[in-house]
Amino acid sequence: MPNKEKRLRKERLDRGIKARSEDIFALSSWKEISYLLAPRVLPLMALLFLALFLPVYWKKVLVTTAIFGILAMSWDLLVCTGLVSLGQALFFGVGAYIAGSLNHKLGLPWWCTIWTSGLLGGVLCSAILAPVLRLRGIYFSMVTLVVPLMLVRIIEATKILGGTEGLSGIQGFPNLTVELVLSLGMFLCVLFGYRRLLGTDYGLVLQGIRDNDRSVISAGINVYWLKAQALFLAGSAAAMAGAFMTHAYMFVGMPVFALDYSILPIAAAVVGGMGSIAGPAVGAFLLVPLSEALRGLGALRIVFYGVFLVVFVVGLPEGILHYLQRKYYQFERWVSVEE
Amino acid sequence: MIWGALLYGVVNSIALALMALGFNLTFGISGIANFSYGAMYVFAGYGTWMLFQKLGAPLFLSIPMMVFLTGLTGAIMYRLVLVRLRGLVISEVIATFGIGLAALELFRFMGLIGFEYTLPVLVDGSIQVGPFFLDLQRAFIIVCGVLLTAFLWVFTRYSPVGLAFRGMAQDEYTALCLGIDTDKVAMLAMGLGGGLCALAAVVILPLGTISVDAGYDVLLEALAVCIVGGLGSAVGMVVASFILGMAQSMASMFMGSHWMMIVNLVAILVILAARPSGLLGKQKELEERI
Repeated sequence: MPNKEKRLRKERLDRGIKARSEDIFALSSWKEISYLLAPRVLPLMALLFLALFLPVYWKKVLVTTAIFGILAMSWDLLVCTGLVSLGQALFFGVGAYIAGSLNHKLGLPWWCTIWTSGLLGGVLCSAILAPVLRLRGIYFSMVTLVVPLMLVRIIEATKILGGTEGLSGIQGFPNLTVELVLSLGMFLCVLFGYRRLLGTDYGLVLQGIRDNDRSVISAGINVYWLKAQALFLAGSAAAMAGAFMTHAYMFVGMPVFALDYSILPIAAAVVGGMGSIAGPAVGAFLLVPLSEALRGLGALRIVFYGVFLVVFVVGLPEGILHYLQRKYYQFERWVSVEE
Repeated sequence: MIWGALLYGVVNSIALALMALGFNLTFGISGIANFSYGAMYVFAGYGTWMLFQKLGAPLFLSIPMMVFLTGLTGAIMYRLVLVRLRGLVISEVIATFGIGLAALELFRFMGLIGFEYTLPVLVDGSIQVGPFFLDLQRAFIIVCGVLLTAFLWVFTRYSPVGLAFRGMAQDEYTALCLGIDTDKVAMLAMGLGGGLCALAAVVILPLGTISVDAGYDVLLEALAVCIVGGLGSAVGMVVASFILGMAQSMASMFMGSHWMMIVNLVAILVILAARPSGLLGKQKELEERI
């Protein structure tokens, strides 16, 4: 050793209350029960409070936030399966166009189109991406980057589905309360549904595909079929979000395949923390209101997104949620290194 | 008619090859898919415009300066950001994409849009090729493309740095064992990629106006050429740029200009689905699909 100064390392240990409350039989004191419940119930209460008491403009923002949150969570579910998508706008746009055409051509009301386009959109997107399910890593990502861009150009060139002008005059929601309840309801269903799903055996197999797909294959499991199912699960949530936005804007057009709907979910997941479903939701709740507050800056908002992405990827790659989780569950101390 | 389309197809193909050259070099050597490539292209364009029109520097000085500056930007980007993310493919993509997005939208915010943002042609006039007239700038693109490709061919085969590049492209760990500082080489590759990108920009941009959207399009074109030809394969890149360039010219001639970009996108999709390493890329079967 060139210098004899005392060298330290950081040691992380689980808090006692975390170790105790992991065991179901130890849940006998309010302290432990509230330790477990606080991170789940407090955000819910905050959400309810916001939904009730915000001014009208910010209620609209809350609706948008919930929709982007759904997109971000569906992106995260795909990541948990090992499919990194660079084009979440595909699912969003397909859902939006299905809802738009169902309402425009067949005159179906909004309470019918939203779940129909969720189902149809999920099926359609898995069918579109089925031929490339064998691809791994960046090759799959590049396909997902290209497909929405191509759909836009095809709509532009062939003038189907309203062409560059899109479909307008689509039925809107009766009032803001319906909009708010529906979007937050969908958001919470997706959040808790996905988290529950990842905890089941089925979810473990999905995560196994991400960790080591070949060992899942050698366990005799058909990974392609499972990946298609994951695409359906993620795609239908994102398509439902798209259908919702169609009715909220009373318009569907080429912007639904725009880069925004691909970038924001990724940004939210990077900021919030990937792989836990809740992380992207947290990220969306930070980024969307922030971008709304920065609306006065115009195009400069996207500059901030770009900078945010870089800063978080380099500086805090685990994301805010995982960082907070660590602080909540563990304590840290400096200990000297034995020479 | 058909011969005219063929002639412009050749120009288009070589322009595509020029655009993809830097992207391909960086990816082939360091494995970094530089998604800020389009931003670098536009940056070089605006920078040259600024030096030439605003500061009054002569063109033959401002072009080498911007080529150097863009290369330097690439190298700095590697040193500050990418070196911390080596090997994490998705993080690299997100970081470079974030940088590119920020730069391009910053240009848009600064209002650098309009017809006054054009670069002067390097050579004026036109020549007659058979029954057609070809302006000298387009002829210059052909010369430039051929010369640069030849230069890179010689450079990577006969210079020590070029050999280090190829060594690292073949196997990074072995290169490290043989005393090649892979971080330094990757930084050089990123810088050289940026420089080539700037060269492509100053040669191609005089044909139109400099616009922010060109940045996104160039990235897509470069991606298309590299994916179809095989990421990191030099010969594949040339072949692919001719296939795509000709197909684009034909599509825009017989089906309308809307179809030009669709040609690229369809080509990317078909190649990725059928043969992910591209036409002439090294087949890495297990890495790309299961």
